[in-house]
Amino acid sequence: MTGAVWPAVLGRFDWSSLPFVRAWQDPTVSEIIGAGAAAIVVFAAIGVVALITRYRRWGYLWREWFTSLDHKKIGIMYIVLAFVMLSRALVEAVLMRLQQAAAINTPGFLSPDHFAQLFSTHGSIMIFFMAMPFLTGLINYVMPLQIGSRDVAFPLLNSISLWLTGGAAGLMMVSLVIGRFSTGGWSGYPPYTELAFSPDVGPDYWIWALTLGSIGSTLTGLNFAVTIYKMRCPGMDLMRMPLFVWTSLCASILMIFAMPPLTVATALLALDRYLGFHFFTNDLGGDMMNYANLFWLFGHPEVYILILPAFGVYSEVVSTFSSKGLYGYTSLVWATMAIAVLSFTVWVHHFFTMGQSADINAVFGIATMAIGVPTGVKIYDWVWTMFRGEVRFTVPMLYALAFMMTFVLGGFTGILLAFPPLDYLAHNTLFLVAHFHNMLIPGLLYGMLAGYHYWFPKAFGFRLDEKWGRIAFGCWVVGFYLAFMPLYVLGAAGVARRTQEVFEPAFRPWLYVAGLGALVLLCALASLFVQLWVSIKRRDANRVTAGDPWDGRGLEWSISAPPPEYNFASIPRVSRRDPFYDVKRTGDPYAPPAAYQDIRLPKGSMAGPVIGLAGATTAFGLVWHMWWLAILGLLAVIVAVIARSFARDVEKVIDAAEVERTEAAWLSAVAAATPILREGEMSCANQGLAEIPA
Amino acid sequence: MSAGEVIPTGLDLGGASQSAPERAATGVQGFWVFLMSDAVIFALLFATYGVMLSRTAGGPTPAAVYKIGPAFIETLILLTSSFTFGMASVTLNDAGPRRRLFGWMSVTLLLGAAFLGMELRDFGAMFSAGAYPTRSGYLSAFFALVPLHGLHVLVGAVWMVVMMVQLRVFGRDAQVMLNIRRLALFWHFLDIVWIAIFSVVYLQGLIR
Repeated sequence: MTGAVWPAVLGRFDWSSLPFVRAWQDPTVSEIIGAGAAAIVVFAAIGVVALITRYRRWGYLWREWFTSLDHKKIGIMYIVLAFVMLSRALVEAVLMRLQQAAAINTPGFLSPDHFAQLFSTHGSIMIFFMAMPFLTGLINYVMPLQIGSRDVAFPLLNSISLWLTGGAAGLMMVSLVIGRFSTGGWSGYPPYTELAFSPDVGPDYWIWALTLGSIGSTLTGLNFAVTIYKMRCPGMDLMRMPLFVWTSLCASILMIFAMPPLTVATALLALDRYLGFHFFTNDLGGDMMNYANLFWLFGHPEVYILILPAFGVYSEVVSTFSSKGLYGYTSLVWATMAIAVLSFTVWVHHFFTMGQSADINAVFGIATMAIGVPTGVKIYDWVWTMFRGEVRFTVPMLYALAFMMTFVLGGFTGILLAFPPLDYLAHNTLFLVAHFHNMLIPGLLYGMLAGYHYWFPKAFGFRLDEKWGRIAFGCWVVGFYLAFMPLYVLGAAGVARRTQEVFEPAFRPWLYVAGLGALVLLCALASLFVQLWVSIKRRDANRVTAGDPWDGRGLEWSISAPPPEYNFASIPRVSRRDPFYDVKRTGDPYAPPAAYQDIRLPKGSMAGPVIGLAGATTAFGLVWHMWWLAILGLLAVIVAVIARSFARDVEKVIDAAEVERTEAAWLSAVAAATPILREGEMSCANQGLAEIPA
Repeated sequence: MSAGEVIPTGLDLGGASQSAPERAATGVQGFWVFLMSDAVIFALLFATYGVMLSRTAGGPTPAAVYKIGPAFIETLILLTSSFTFGMASVTLNDAGPRRRLFGWMSVTLLLGAAFLGMELRDFGAMFSAGAYPTRSGYLSAFFALVPLHGLHVLVGAVWMVVMMVQLRVFGRDAQVMLNIRRLALFWHFLDIVWIAIFSVVYLQGLIR
């Protein structure tokens, strides 16, 4: 009797699914590291729950954050998620670098299977649960403020997207404690990930985490695009939008059209694995080439989803810290659009070697090189923006400068790889690994960090510590070069990527340098956390309540820091680009409106957390073949959606008197603040009020 | 910009960023964008179907398993349901009793159910003829594409029931009106997808 009950309840779970049990049965270093990682997740989860309970913060978190539909809070939660996931994936990267440095003609300390799980989770997390949440969070926070709106077009959908992403990230963490992850890399190529070769739960974790995440991202893209089309304040014409809004729009359009191919690819792979279909199997007519097409039809636009928002951040940062309007605004807009369109025409360059004809390769190679042109236009525009500007080397500006130099280098190696005959030689080597890290670390991570430093004072009302910011910056840059330049050399010498053991002693010095670089990158991350800690401790000395610490240009700087829940007491009206910069020089930027009005905002809703949790539960049930759990989770999603559609009391009103009190408090802070010149921006004298040089 | 200026239309906005008609327009546009994203999914499944068409792996071929007669009747049923939903949309703004709106929506719902019933019977016939999805790449592609459309129709039907209940509970409030407009878009979209399925899958299958 029990023999039939337990499999129905627990699916394919058994005790050896737990890494602790595996480490007990087979105490190798590799298994103990796995169990240690699982223990960290478990203890961290218990610790967080205990702390929240100890300080009785559940109610506060639930009411003010988890159920909040405020785009600013949702944005911050996305970025918190990004930092958590960045920490895990960076530690994994360090482990891999150390393994390769240690495993020269010896097996090293990680088993091949464990190593394969590490590169699979590292890639999947960095793309889907670090980069995507980071940029989504930044756009969420900043974009509505920049277009003079009180929220995004669909606040509830925004919350649902957040919790779907959060649920998917949670699934990634659970895979560390229960079962194992895929060994098929972040791109999950079949037929290796088919049942015939990977019958375990790993690829299923990968499939469902990505599927949940991609549905969340599709809905996010939809939400942002409609927000930008429909919610701009009067006078905010398309060609008056800050460049960050433009790049957000292009990234959103890419999400709308490029996430569905990923959903299709993972769904068809799931059909193969769960129901025995034959899309990508070796037998009965399956065709894995179709998977490569579907996956990279998503995968290449995805690169630009990641990079375009960072381009937007750089445009804002370079312009602000050079005190000049963007040089070539129009060309930047067109270049962004050109990149967005061209990004759909180059996907085959990810698999030049898979056997299509030379003509097809040539077309896609040329298209790939063509993308270099609009990207070059952008670099020139940023350089010319700085030319004869009043450049200040703040932390965001340092990231922008490091980006420009490093990214161009990565671009050159990209042009090399775009050349199919050369790609045949470098394909699947560390050269490629060096190339895409050379694009994504400056082109995404530096951009996100620049944005984090730049808008942090707006979000929290105080500046981040300069000294630790510079230390972190130095570590990111030095660590990057140390970790990845050797990989170019090794890749050119023919070292395959994803290699657990190396058999050529001549590679030793390069692998050591790369390993050292990875440790420096870990220091960079640690410095960021130290910086956050130090900044919070000294927050009172670094307050910028008046809201404009950098002599800012866009509407987001025209309100208090942190902004009130309703963003703008009265919807602004703009008549040119850089409206706030302009009004500071021609009028009174802080004049209160003639009259305040009641403001309607969306009430919080538990639909987001419920749907996210139910979605993750469904996914977990599917991974472990606990069908009852999957059905229960799916029913919960359906019931939640239908129940929510019956809700009618979904708005709250902030009455005019309260708006007036809030605004008056801020305006008196503005009146009390001492204006500072630009050169004083980085000192404690900065209270968020810019002195306008005559 | 000037932070000090209240927009002249401020009174109309009533403290919201958008007026009621603007909100409805935003709501509808968002749904259009969703449909376009959904269209990409169907487009890719059509492309996959095209790639897999010849991969019958020695199993049943399209010409052997498709029955054009039932598929044609299903097409007529679905097209008619689009017409009846169109009539429902026409009566949506009528001031009078909701009876006609209910009537048209009920007819649409029945036609949708009839379509689903017939489609299920078709699938059953294919299964018993040895044409099931695990047989070949071609049949896998067929059973990913066509039932996904059916699943959409099912979702549309459930949505229709929910909207009819909400009409009873809330009357024609702004949210109900907006969601019926969205449902209408969804229903017509499924019709268009079916036309593509009928042409690309069933008609093409006739070519021997």
